[in-house]
Amino acid sequence: MRAIDYQAPTSLSEAVSIMATHGDRARPLAGGTDVLVQLRGGRREADVVVDTKKIPELNGMKLDNNGLQLGAAVPCFQIYQDSAVAAAYPGLVDAAGLIGSIQIQGRASIGGNLCNAAPSGDSIPPVITLGGEAHINGPNGWRTVAAEDFCTGPGRNVLENGELLVAIQLPAPVAHSGTAYLRFIPRNEMDIAVAGVSSSVVLDASGQTIQSARIALASVGPTPILATAAGDSLAGKAVSDDAIAEAGRLASEAATPITDMRGTIRQRHHLVDVLTRRTLNIAIRRARGEE
Amino acid sequence: MPGLVHVTTTINGNQTDFLCEPRQSLLECLRDVVGMTGSKEGCNDGNCGACTVNLDGRIVCSCLVLGVEAQGGQVNTIEGVATAEGLHPIQQAFLENAALQCGICTPGFIVAVKALLDEEPDADEARIRHWLAGNLCRCTGYDKIVRAVLDAGERMRAG
Repeated sequence: MRAIDYQAPTSLSEAVSIMATHGDRARPLAGGTDVLVQLRGGRREADVVVDTKKIPELNGMKLDNNGLQLGAAVPCFQIYQDSAVAAAYPGLVDAAGLIGSIQIQGRASIGGNLCNAAPSGDSIPPVITLGGEAHINGPNGWRTVAAEDFCTGPGRNVLENGELLVAIQLPAPVAHSGTAYLRFIPRNEMDIAVAGVSSSVVLDASGQTIQSARIALASVGPTPILATAAGDSLAGKAVSDDAIAEAGRLASEAATPITDMRGTIRQRHHLVDVLTRRTLNIAIRRARGEE
Repeated sequence: MPGLVHVTTTINGNQTDFLCEPRQSLLECLRDVVGMTGSKEGCNDGNCGACTVNLDGRIVCSCLVLGVEAQGGQVNTIEGVATAEGLHPIQQAFLENAALQCGICTPGFIVAVKALLDEEPDADEARIRHWLAGNLCRCTGYDKIVRAVLDAGERMRAG
C-alpha cells in the first residue's frame, strides 16, 4: 500500500472537516475489511484514511421507540450480541451473522457494507426491506437517503466529497411483522452471494392476511434492488402458496443479473424465485411469532 | 509524506511501544517492527485467518487492522498462549491429535479456538466448524483440528 496519513477524529464535526479538506483523497475507515484490501490492491486510492470508530455517533447503537439508530461503524457482532436488537431485527441478524468469518464480523460494519456498495452486500437487502434510511452529514449539513437509493452502481454510492454516512435508522418493528434474509452460496460459509433475497411482511392481527411486504435482492444487478412490484403484489392478499409463488415470480422478473464466475443469468433468476419464497415463509413465521 | 507514528498498546499483557507508518497493518507491525513472528501472513486480505489475533476481546485478521488502530488497545497473540509452566491445553491437544502439518495456519487457529473455548468450552462440532470457517488449512482436511478442539474443550472443562 502506498503511504497514507491516518486521522482519528473524536467528533463528527472534526471528521467532516477533514473529509471536506481532502475531498476524494480521503477515505473513511470503519472495520477496514473492504477498504484496506482495496487500498492495498490499488482498487481505491487515498491520501488520508479517516478512522470513524472514535466518533460517538458512528460507533454507537441506540434502540428506542423510534427504532434502531445504528452507527455506521458498529461492527456486525455487536448486532447479534445485543439481545434486544437481535430480537427486534432478526432479518438484520441473518445478514450480520453470515458476512465473512467471525474475524470479519468482529470488525466489519453494516454502514461499511452499504458504503462499499457491492451488489452482493449481504446486509443491504434487509436494511432495505426494514425501511432503513441513511443519515448523512457533510459540509452542507444533514440529509437522509432511503437505503434502496443509496447505492448507485458497483462500488458507488450517493455520498459526495466530504460527506460521511453517520448512521442507519431502522424504524421500530410494527406488530405482526417479520423479516428474513437468505443467500445462496456453493460453500457453507465465507463466500459471496450468487444471489441473496430479503423479505419483510406485515400481517393483520389474525396472521392470515398480508397487509404489506417488501422484497429486496442482492447479487442480481449492478446495485441491490428493491423489487417493488413483487412486494406490492402481496398487499391485501391472504397468506397462500399461490400468492407467495406470484411474488417469487415477480421478484425474479425484477432481477437483472449477469453471468460471471459465480453463476449464470438463468441460475440467478431461478435462485431469486426460490429465495423469495423461502424468505417470505420465514418472515411470515416470524411475524406470527412462530420462530 | 506522513512520518512514523508512535503507538502504545498492550501486547499479551505487556505495555509495548512501537513506531510505524500509518499504512502498515497490525500484522506487519507485530512481525516486522515488534519482532513477534508467531502471527503468520497467508493471504493478506482477510480470507485465510493465519494472522488471527485477539484485539480488545474479539478475534480479528491482523492484516485488516492498521497498526495505528491498536493505539490504546489490548492485543493478544499466539506468543501469549503458552505460559511459563508449559503449553496451553489447546496447544497440547493440537499436538496430541496431530492437528497440524506444515504449521503455518496453526497460530491463527489456536488464537481463534482460544477465543471460542474461553467462552464456550462445551462448543460442539457444528459450532466449532462455524467458528473456524475463517481459518484455512491446506494440510489436515480439518477433521483432526476439529477433534483437537473437542479434546481441548474437554481438557478445559476438567480444568
